[in-house]
Amino acid sequence: MKNTSDITKGGTASPLIPQKPSRLTKLRESDLWFSFWSHPSAIFAAALLAFVTITAFLAPFISPQNPYDLGALELWNSEIPPIWDAQGQWPYLLGTDTQGRDILSAILYGSRISLIIGFASVILALSVGLALGLIAGYFGGWADNIIMRIGDVLLSMPFILIAILITAVASASLPTGLKDVLAAPILIFAIAVPSWVQYARTVRASAMVEAKKEYVQAAKLIRVKSWRIMLNHILPNCMTPIMVAATLNFGLAILSEATLSFLGVGMPPDQPSLGTLIRIGNQYLFSGLWWIVVFPSIQLCLIVLSVNMIGDWLRDALNPKLR
Amino acid sequence: MKTRNLLLISAALAGLSGAAQAENVLTWGANRDIGSLDPYSYGDSFTINVLNHVYEGLVRYDKDLKIEPALAESWEILEDNITWRFHLREGVTFHNGNPFTAEDVVASLTRVSDETSPLKGNLPAYVSSEVVDDLTVDVTLNGTYPLLLNDLTNIHIFDNEWMTENNALKPTDIGAGTEGYATYNANGTGPFVVESRQPDAKTVFVVNPDWWDEPQHNLDRIELTPVTSAATRVAALLSGEINFTNDAPVQDLPRLAAAPNVKVLEGVDLRTVMIGFPFRETLTTGEANPFKDRNVREALYRAIDLDLIHQRVMRGKSRIAGATIAPEIPGYVEALDDLPGFDPDAARNLLAEAGVPEGLEFEFNCLSDGLVNEEQFCQAIASMWTRIGLSPKLDVAPRAVQSPKRTNGATDVYTLGWATLPLLDSYSPLLQIFHSKDGNAGVFNWGDWSYPEVDALIDAAGSELDLTARLNLQTQALQIVKDEMIMIPLHQQPMAWAVTENVADMPLFSDNKPRLWFAMVDSDS
Amino acid sequence: MIAFLIKRTANAAFVMLAVALLAFVIFRFFGDPVEMMVNEQATQQDRIELRERLGLNDGFVTQYTRFVTNAVQGDFGISYRNQQDVMVLIKDRFPATFELVLVATVISLVVGIPLGVLTAVHRDSRLANILQLGSIIGVSLPSFVVGILLILAFSVSLGWLPAFGRGDTVDIGWWSTGLLTPSGRMALILPSLSLSTFQITLVMRLVRAEMLETLRADYIKFARARGVPIRRVQWRHALRNCLMPVITLTGMQIGNLIAFALVTETVFQWPGMGLLFIQAVTFVDIPVMAAYLMIVSFIFVALNTLVDITYAWVDPRLRDDAARAGGANG
Repeated sequence: MKNTSDITKGGTASPLIPQKPSRLTKLRESDLWFSFWSHPSAIFAAALLAFVTITAFLAPFISPQNPYDLGALELWNSEIPPIWDAQGQWPYLLGTDTQGRDILSAILYGSRISLIIGFASVILALSVGLALGLIAGYFGGWADNIIMRIGDVLLSMPFILIAILITAVASASLPTGLKDVLAAPILIFAIAVPSWVQYARTVRASAMVEAKKEYVQAAKLIRVKSWRIMLNHILPNCMTPIMVAATLNFGLAILSEATLSFLGVGMPPDQPSLGTLIRIGNQYLFSGLWWIVVFPSIQLCLIVLSVNMIGDWLRDALNPKLR
Repeated sequence: MKTRNLLLISAALAGLSGAAQAENVLTWGANRDIGSLDPYSYGDSFTINVLNHVYEGLVRYDKDLKIEPALAESWEILEDNITWRFHLREGVTFHNGNPFTAEDVVASLTRVSDETSPLKGNLPAYVSSEVVDDLTVDVTLNGTYPLLLNDLTNIHIFDNEWMTENNALKPTDIGAGTEGYATYNANGTGPFVVESRQPDAKTVFVVNPDWWDEPQHNLDRIELTPVTSAATRVAALLSGEINFTNDAPVQDLPRLAAAPNVKVLEGVDLRTVMIGFPFRETLTTGEANPFKDRNVREALYRAIDLDLIHQRVMRGKSRIAGATIAPEIPGYVEALDDLPGFDPDAARNLLAEAGVPEGLEFEFNCLSDGLVNEEQFCQAIASMWTRIGLSPKLDVAPRAVQSPKRTNGATDVYTLGWATLPLLDSYSPLLQIFHSKDGNAGVFNWGDWSYPEVDALIDAAGSELDLTARLNLQTQALQIVKDEMIMIPLHQQPMAWAVTENVADMPLFSDNKPRLWFAMVDSDS
Repeated sequence: MIAFLIKRTANAAFVMLAVALLAFVIFRFFGDPVEMMVNEQATQQDRIELRERLGLNDGFVTQYTRFVTNAVQGDFGISYRNQQDVMVLIKDRFPATFELVLVATVISLVVGIPLGVLTAVHRDSRLANILQLGSIIGVSLPSFVVGILLILAFSVSLGWLPAFGRGDTVDIGWWSTGLLTPSGRMALILPSLSLSTFQITLVMRLVRAEMLETLRADYIKFARARGVPIRRVQWRHALRNCLMPVITLTGMQIGNLIAFALVTETVFQWPGMGLLFIQAVTFVDIPVMAAYLMIVSFIFVALNTLVDITYAWVDPRLRDDAARAGGANG
């Protein structure tokens, strides 16, 4: 919200173009603010997400071990149960896996990967979706046609299938050395590809409406650059549904990454994300090594849950119908 | 509409009652599926092992892994020393009712030794074969060769007529653009008949009532289901959904042994797990290849804490090995089992002396569906090598993905497990792994090494008919292999099968091959 | 109506052609088919001949046309790994996936609709809040975690239900069903539950939103004023009004469920198409991957088109809307 109002203010708008009342934005913002503080679940979710995010990004400083450094793994310390167990050992609070990898450290690093991939894929999908949606809605014609047809095709294949195909094809055609380095970017791309369409459709619809309005026609007449009109006027108008969708998609993206890694087409075992950890731990379900699978699962569920709770609250708060 | 529904229901009921009949069923949960119903389209021990229930060879291993007559009743070597005459068993029929004759043997040997056959290395000395009469075949070899019978235990005999009718005289080759008939149809002489097959889901075998031999089993039906996930396999066993697995995960053995309805069968496999090195000029990264230097190989050897892997990854169930063959295999002497000792400092020094750059990157190729706990010991070894200043890049994938890379030399360091099958003799690894690449020799020489003195010893052994002299030559060759550290042996891997309580008898074989024609289940279940 | 029908079908056909293009590109350019097919012993000459025979030297358009023509006839080539006709492989696996998806859909409706009505009717009550929270947890739990937890609870700890496979199946023609045997039905329970978790919450949320909307509508108020009992109004009149969107959603979600079943099938080693696909992915068995993509997309597109057409048939206004939207599309 803040960003859009900044853009509105910062833009060297011509007097002909009516300034969107920034007060309205402010009011909404304060509405939102109020709504936030009156929803305990939203506060709880935000606090949880903040905690998880901060610890994940401080992982290199606070985790007892670097789980990605093969040289730091000591097989003698493998399969240690959590600290409260009689065989637990300091500093392995949540125990170790079969390679002697500290589970807590692996979870912190894994959460960081999951959050980064989720966030980056949403940003990528958002930027592509907004750009293409604006172009399609504003210019119409063949550009619109091509973009929306590509979108139709993407939406006619199940989300998860596209993501799996992209990662599978990429990993089949890359040499081993590059595969490890590119694992995260490939996942980001794979998750973003099927999800930009939703943003594009939303923006396009509102751009089509706005593009016909008089002020835009007038702005065109005095040769205000198209991208400026789009950025300053059309975009802010459809930010609300976009923000809700982006938040909910953030949760979905984290889930997708975990699913891909669980299926074995995501992050490799030497740079485990939460999904990879669950996949590895799943092999030890019956060996009594429950902590390898349980703690990463809990962490994953907490992250997605907090994101979804925020998304849900945001949607309800921004939807006047439900208020 | 009504009648049609009735029909459907009665059909369903018929199916139900069929399944409800008291049958002795063995549900076998394997860790992977067989590659094909055609033993010649997929050179892989497990596939051949399973298909051995359907197809048979001229000779076979008995319960003590000694060779005994099967489709051939007797044999002799003719005066020229290179032609073997086989007298075939009379009255044997294939599952389709065709009689078994000499024509079938010739057609099968031709098929397996075809240029495109992935199994031609399993019959290295074969030159040609000839029908003498309906029940006599002459097999000509390229020289005197002591191990033909061992080879023939795993050369399955097909029906010539059936192959001709179905255009299956050549090994299945999908490059030909047609489905190979033999990949999803089978017609052997063995104790079981293939009833149905859904790849990766279920393959059903039913007993062959017309088998020529006296059955020592009481099975009516075998259902082979691949259950790739170790945890699921254990769950299925505990709940009785499967009643046999030939791969019980070692980490779950205590849990299985504690379960009241499960019996664990444990032993040490003959399979020796080894690590192989590239001997090419460059690594896959394009850098110069330091592994050609024996001292570098020694450094990598000494960096591995074999005892730790034995204790942790293999849970004390493996046997640490210094030799590239198991003690049971002819050709083994104790001196071969000496270990250089774990010494990371010495390893670092060796690397420094050899001028290996710090952080040298190389690929380390492992299978996700290969040896026992392969992924884990590969990770552990990669971590040990990292600690002496190398940067191994672990590449773990299924066999089907890794095999082409390994055979084409498109990787660097790799794992290999060798059980000397089907020969059960040290000649097997010597010829197939340690010999220079040359025709049928060195098929598994993936690193592309060549030691003329080793080759000479192997070639001499290959035509030596005196057992002691032959084994002596083989031991000498193995000693050079060891001194040169061509490959690093790690251990003989543990072998763990598990059955539910209603399986009365399931003999465990040290070659880790289930032979269900010796299995008994309780009839009342 | 006819015009709409043609337009909608043409649109679907276009989408399928595009999907086919994608499948073809994957098939043709990722992993050289020749290298995947030939034996290690093959010579250069063999390779050249095979390339010629497969028509890989033809122009792009020719090859694509051939790919589409074959695909329409159900010919997706031969699996590299199983060396068997891909269509046969998929046909053998389809019943398992279909039954799983069917049962999961039924569960999601049977559980989701009443829960949705409850949360709408008792809005802001403690029960509704708990259910709402439950539905958020439902969408947040990854389905493989749900599967693992179900196995841990019901197979490992309690030993009540099987953890893998389909149990005994009965063949009716080419269709193999697990619904007719006790072990087949037992085997269905955990996988279908884990597949339906997400769907249940989806149905529940939709019903809740629709109900809230409907309960505000005038005719409901009239009914109330006329003295129709409140329960009857809520569960009969209002609910009936929400069913159409629910059915639509369910229809359109079936394609998604089929795709998502691959996760469930992996966890429970359920021998369906999804497991086949995941195995094809690990073994880079590209003909199977391409065929699966085409078939699932086809089901997806066909269902969507069907739903659209039904809607237009039921409600002529939509036809005009759609035509207008189509016109705006250009």
